[in-house]
Amino acid sequence: MSSERGPNAPRHHLLSVLVENKAGVLARVAGLFSRRGYNIFSLAVAPTDDERFSRISIVVDVESSPLEQVVAQLDKLINVVEIGELHPYEAREAELLLVSLSADAGQRSQVIQLVGVFGGRIVDVGRDALTVMVAGTPDTLDDFEKLMAPYGIAGLQRTGRIALPKLDGRSSASGMADRAAEIA
Amino acid sequence: MELTGAQALVKSLEMQEVEVIFGLPGGAILPVYDPIIDSSIRHILVRHEQGAGHMAEGYAQATGRPGVAMVTSGPGATNIVTPLADAYMDSIPLVCVTGQVATSAIGTDAFQECDTTGITLGVTKHNWLVTDAADIPRIVREAFHVATTGRPGPVLIDVPKDVSNATMEWYWPDGVDLPGYRPASHPDPVAIRAAAALIRGAERPVIYAGGGILKSGASEALRELAELTRIPVVTTLMARGAFPDSHPLCLGMPGMHGNYTAVTSMQEADLLIALGSRFDDRVTGKVSSFAPKAKVVHVDIDKAEIGKVRRPEVGIVADCRLAIDALTRVIRESGPVDHSRLAPWIATLEQWQTRYPYTYDRAEPAHAEVLAGGVGRRPTLKPQFVVESLRAATPPDTILASGVGQHQMWASQFWKFEHPNTWINSGGLGTMGFAVPAAIGAKVGRPDRMVWAVDGDGCFQMTAQELVTASAERIPVKIAILNNAYLGMVRQWQHMFYEERYSEVYLSPDLPDYVGWAESMGCVGLRVESPEEVMPAIEKANDIDDRPVVIDFRTDSMEQVFPMVRAGASNDEIIVHPSQRDSVPEVPS
Repeated sequence: MSSERGPNAPRHHLLSVLVENKAGVLARVAGLFSRRGYNIFSLAVAPTDDERFSRISIVVDVESSPLEQVVAQLDKLINVVEIGELHPYEAREAELLLVSLSADAGQRSQVIQLVGVFGGRIVDVGRDALTVMVAGTPDTLDDFEKLMAPYGIAGLQRTGRIALPKLDGRSSASGMADRAAEIA
Repeated sequence: MELTGAQALVKSLEMQEVEVIFGLPGGAILPVYDPIIDSSIRHILVRHEQGAGHMAEGYAQATGRPGVAMVTSGPGATNIVTPLADAYMDSIPLVCVTGQVATSAIGTDAFQECDTTGITLGVTKHNWLVTDAADIPRIVREAFHVATTGRPGPVLIDVPKDVSNATMEWYWPDGVDLPGYRPASHPDPVAIRAAAALIRGAERPVIYAGGGILKSGASEALRELAELTRIPVVTTLMARGAFPDSHPLCLGMPGMHGNYTAVTSMQEADLLIALGSRFDDRVTGKVSSFAPKAKVVHVDIDKAEIGKVRRPEVGIVADCRLAIDALTRVIRESGPVDHSRLAPWIATLEQWQTRYPYTYDRAEPAHAEVLAGGVGRRPTLKPQFVVESLRAATPPDTILASGVGQHQMWASQFWKFEHPNTWINSGGLGTMGFAVPAAIGAKVGRPDRMVWAVDGDGCFQMTAQELVTASAERIPVKIAILNNAYLGMVRQWQHMFYEERYSEVYLSPDLPDYVGWAESMGCVGLRVESPEEVMPAIEKANDIDDRPVVIDFRTDSMEQVFPMVRAGASNDEIIVHPSQRDSVPEVPS
């Protein structure tokens, strides 16, 4: 997760895909990326408020024009109900991070202070380690990760980003799939 | 009414008015084969599952109805992957039912288990793994709906053995509930008006008609539009027959082996009206130099095709027939069409047609002369002559199937198509061995029509065993093998691009003995070695209606397909037949 390959590099795209909550749907969606050799940078899936549907948030690292074709193909999947690209300026993005850190008694107070600054919580305490949970924007979590690195990270897991359009109506949730048809 | 899953499956197929299933039973699909005995649906027992898939494709293309294939799990399923991929590429509606090991055994490497839905994910429009017998009627109904609406395509239903054996309370769903599936139908009127304006203003327009014309039953609509606007029409490999070759506005096939006029008309056009075509690489050649002067109107039912290869000025996501009808209506309503501005364009096209027709060397020594001169040299039988003779000796509505390679191109070039749905070939995937089973499927669907296959010797060896099926089921197809003893198209590329280093392309003209092989499969086998034997053999074959016929035409091994645009080259670099290479025509600026 070096910075120039990171999710905030200029080529990253965030797709928000509403799908039927059925077996095999994720494989169909992922297959359209893998057959082209595109790496999915992060992926988050969970049912929506309507349990018949799930929302998949996918961050991919590709040029716009091939992505447009992937989006058009995604839209053809029978189980995909709606698909849109969320531009970072038009979306509220969030991610959750869990990290286990080596922190002996001497370092604990420093760590706890930093966790506080990031609005995180200590969720587990061991003899010379801590497990911390932080929620925030992906950028914030990148910063937090860098700050924690010197303490010695024993284990780290991020959820991948989730997002919804901002409420001021500047979203492009109707998305790229429609753009192809709007060339007229 | 309580039914087993297997009974419900067969009853659901009956509800979908399936008249024939092409299939081969095996362990996991056994429960479903039991109620087939009592069903009104005809079952045709194939000799290899690939044959079942291609037969279903041939049936679908000849009839416009979905083809149905049924096979067992594991190798049965993997053997039908090629036809599924073929149908996916050529947008052919297929419903394939596969047996699967019992749900409790899935994922345990059980006997004849494979991940069928996983394997076929990328080659089907959609697939279903049934986990509850009660879902069967719903899934069958959804499967036929998905296969036949929008851009048609193959679907697969994977049925575990325990699900077939379980019982359910029979019902038939009122409709389908697929919230993510909304196929396009009617065109956007604004886009139609924009397209009509471009058409009215164009001076060098070409209609680029693709397979979507046939899928949407738009042949008549296309003819009306072409005649109203007097715009010439090219018909892609997938659209041969969508517009009659005899029509004065028909330019024939474009592409890698298309004729000079069709290829060059697109290069020089100022407007391409793409109707149900997809800018395939075999048509465009090098995309960056394809039709460089043209604005593009692109009609396709699949939104993902619009702008995939070429950005259109007007993109219309709609059923082809509805879009063409709307275009015709808008153009007609906006006053009389001025045809005079097209006159120079039509004159240029006619010059090209006169100068660069499809041709081959007809001056090879005839058989009689060779005999009279006592020369020991074998007479050469040109493959194109065989195709021309076949066309001359068969009814206009004859259905022609072909495999893939040189013979396919000669068939498309030298057969004159007058009716839609009379040309059945493997366009996108290029599946060798397609012809024999596809012809059988077509004949099953259209027993009233004469069905011929033009096949290569390489292709024939891949699927010939299905002639046993044809003999057993009394399906009188006729197969013309253009036997040049080579994998001819590969040989042609090695000739042109690999300094005539012929690597692994020689097959031998008489191993196997095609006549003996045909006869052992219950067919009539004939051999033709010289031009004057061609017509009598074809006429003899035409008279046989109680069994399949195979004619082994021993054709010239050296013959090449022209014109040709090299893979990846610009269409401007079209290589015409050697006899036409004396001069380069004037190109209008």
